Amino acid sequence: MDVQAIRQDFPILKRQINNNPLIYFDNAATTQKPRQVIDAISDFYENHNGNVHRAVHTLSLEATDFYEKSREKIAKFINAKEPSELVFVRGTTEAINLVAYSWGLNDLSKGDEVLVSLMEHHSNIVPWEIISKLKGFTIKYANVNADGTLDYDDFESKFSSKTKIACLSHVSNVTGIINDVKRIAKVAHDSGALMLVDGAQSVPHLAVDVQDLNADFLAFSGHKMLGPTGIGVLYCKKELLEKMPPFQGGGEMIKEVEFSQGKGCSISWNEPPWKFEAGTPNISGAVGLAEAVKYLEAVGMDEVLSHEKALTKYAVERMQECSKVTIYGSRDLSKKCGIIPFSVKELSSHDVALICDNYGIMIRSGYHCAQPLHQQILKLHSSDRASFYIYNTREEIDRFVEVLKEIEQL
Amino acid sequence: MATVEDYVSRIEGTCGEEKDVIVVFKYDKKDEAIANILKKATLKNTIAGIIFELTFQDTSFRLYSSGKAIFRSIKNREELNQILEALLL
Repeated sequence: MDVQAIRQDFPILKRQINNNPLIYFDNAATTQKPRQVIDAISDFYENHNGNVHRAVHTLSLEATDFYEKSREKIAKFINAKEPSELVFVRGTTEAINLVAYSWGLNDLSKGDEVLVSLMEHHSNIVPWEIISKLKGFTIKYANVNADGTLDYDDFESKFSSKTKIACLSHVSNVTGIINDVKRIAKVAHDSGALMLVDGAQSVPHLAVDVQDLNADFLAFSGHKMLGPTGIGVLYCKKELLEKMPPFQGGGEMIKEVEFSQGKGCSISWNEPPWKFEAGTPNISGAVGLAEAVKYLEAVGMDEVLSHEKALTKYAVERMQECSKVTIYGSRDLSKKCGIIPFSVKELSSHDVALICDNYGIMIRSGYHCAQPLHQQILKLHSSDRASFYIYNTREEIDRFVEVLKEIEQL
Repeated sequence: MATVEDYVSRIEGTCGEEKDVIVVFKYDKKDEAIANILKKATLKNTIAGIIFELTFQDTSFRLYSSGKAIFRSIKNREELNQILEALLL
């Protein structure tokens, strides 16, 4: 993998921030975009823009072709059986909300249980909490060990005949720890429950095969994998998608809306996935995401992961030179992606992030939308997070550590 | 007559238990804002002249040459506005 060649594809990496070369270590929040993705979106708007599935004219047909071919490309990337198992959404959050509101609102009731872990991003907690207030089911929270790894025994012991769905992140957005979702999916299915995998931090960083994982639902976002914002995917097994009622109503998602005097409207739904894509979708977003997938495939997902692991190993070693820096979570690289949560003694996470920003280094501070993990497990008010991707280098880590050493002098 | 809004682009509460407040100064007014603040606040420490640890009216804060400041233990927006008025105007 030629990192220097890859860097040439990312125009933003030429920027200076506060008179320093940009070092972008906030990839778990969002990634930068290669020229190829930017050009694909521009090309769509400059040459092919039309509304999908709506008209017989050339531009509409071209736009539809681009949109559906994007679905095919992304379906192959995660090894879905069929492109129709992919619903385009705004991102992971909307994907999980779609499951909670469509499947959850209709299939869950009082006495049922939903199982989630304490390491979840708020987007895999809050939708279930909202629906539980409406339907009266119980949410059970599985423990996380002090090193940020999942307490598998606790998770598995919480399954019962009442459990209807288990919801688990494939990779933690705070610690980068990779969960064995295939193992949990098997336990879920043996218990008669469904399995939802939050793939926001896994699909961009490692090869994900939905058939191998046997996940019923997989949610992920385009912008965390070189694609544009506002586009994401809900993968769902076809037989489930066919049974689920629509999430939102409008154009595109209906087959017919027949009106008769006295009887009112009689509505029949479109086939999945269009049944779940009400209104004009984010067509250029889908095109951009497909181009991002093409880019990642050219690099190779095994290469992506191994590059991130090498950077993480190097960063952890170098950061240990800093006496006031504490790194959280397991350092077992066999179970971890390129995310390092840390803090600097006597400084708030926001101070550290602002000082890094002053040197052109972008890192994240706060709860990272995972307040339960911070408060219950890591026992932290907040943390800093450095997260890596394909365009990051050891030299950038060297500079980052130099800055951390300056911060320690404050 | 100048106002705080002439200098401040955005005020954001931070994510986390600390509830710090970050003040982002307008790019074209940041140098003037920093100069005003450094004249009035008490300097406790600095790193390379780009990060300043300061106190003003019993409030501690850090000021960055990038044009941002982080205030802690601020009770509410009114108190922050009073401090900013005193520092900037």
